Amino acid sequence: MMDQKQALLDKIRAYEFAAVELNLFLDTHPGNQRAVNDFNAYAAQIAALKQQYERIYGPLINFGFGSGSKCPWQWINEPWPWDVVNEG
Amino acid sequence: MWLYEKKMEYPVRIKNPDPRMASSVISQYGGPDGELAASLRYLNQRYHMPIPEATALLNDIGTEELAHFEMVGSMVHQLMKDAPADEFKESGLGPWYADHERSTWPAIGTGVPFTAAYFASKGDPIADVTEDMAAEQKARATYENLLDLADDPDVIDPLRWLREREIVHFQRFGELLNKLYEEQDRKKCY
Ligand SMILES: [Fe+2]
Repeated sequence: MMDQKQALLDKIRAYEFAAVELNLFLDTHPGNQRAVNDFNAYAAQIAALKQQYERIYGPLINFGFGSGSKCPWQWINEPWPWDVVNEG
Repeated sequence: MWLYEKKMEYPVRIKNPDPRMASSVISQYGGPDGELAASLRYLNQRYHMPIPEATALLNDIGTEELAHFEMVGSMVHQLMKDAPADEFKESGLGPWYADHERSTWPAIGTGVPFTAAYFASKGDPIADVTEDMAAEQKARATYENLLDLADDPDVIDPLRWLREREIVHFQRFGELLNKLYEEQDRKKCY
């Protein structure tokens, strides 16, 4: 269970890192069509993975920008990212 | 506004406490070339940039630095969390323990608190982005110093990753500086 959660989070992290890199690159190369295509492809994959994650584990982003929560409110669920045991 | 994403940008999982190492790593939390100074430097400079590329890049790197601030804070937290008070004393960190116990706090290991004097916002885009490039190199050098001091692979791994990010940021700021010079030349042609 925890391994699956971790694996999914690692996958999101990897795609998001690619998107961060492309985002910064595009800030100084806004006319690069290939990088825009790549960014858009990663963004679509991140959205799908996040939806999959949030359906099982609750919101990944606060203030309504993730999916909704079950009751009780899932946002307060541990671990937080700085807790060593499971999450990273 | 900012949103919080409940995950690290890159994982930090340190299993063995080491308050002495924490007192060195904390420099990248609240020290002169640390992540808090970096984030605040860029987020303050973004308001007065003359070209949209510059506004966006400062906004986005300033935001990424907040994720690094969280990573370094997590490292400090994990390095101190399960250490007994004795270990603080033996590492010469009795004074830290007296004032902060095992808490993170933006300061350097000797207790000097964070100050806005660590960064500048001159108002001149070329001066500011030149400062940003130096800041990235100083952060890279600090991470290399920390790598010299570290022996735990759990500590080395995130330090190496953070060092790499400084190199990427330096590269992007260099590209931006060229664009700012082009903009300056364009404006001077009548
Ligand atoms: Fe940086």
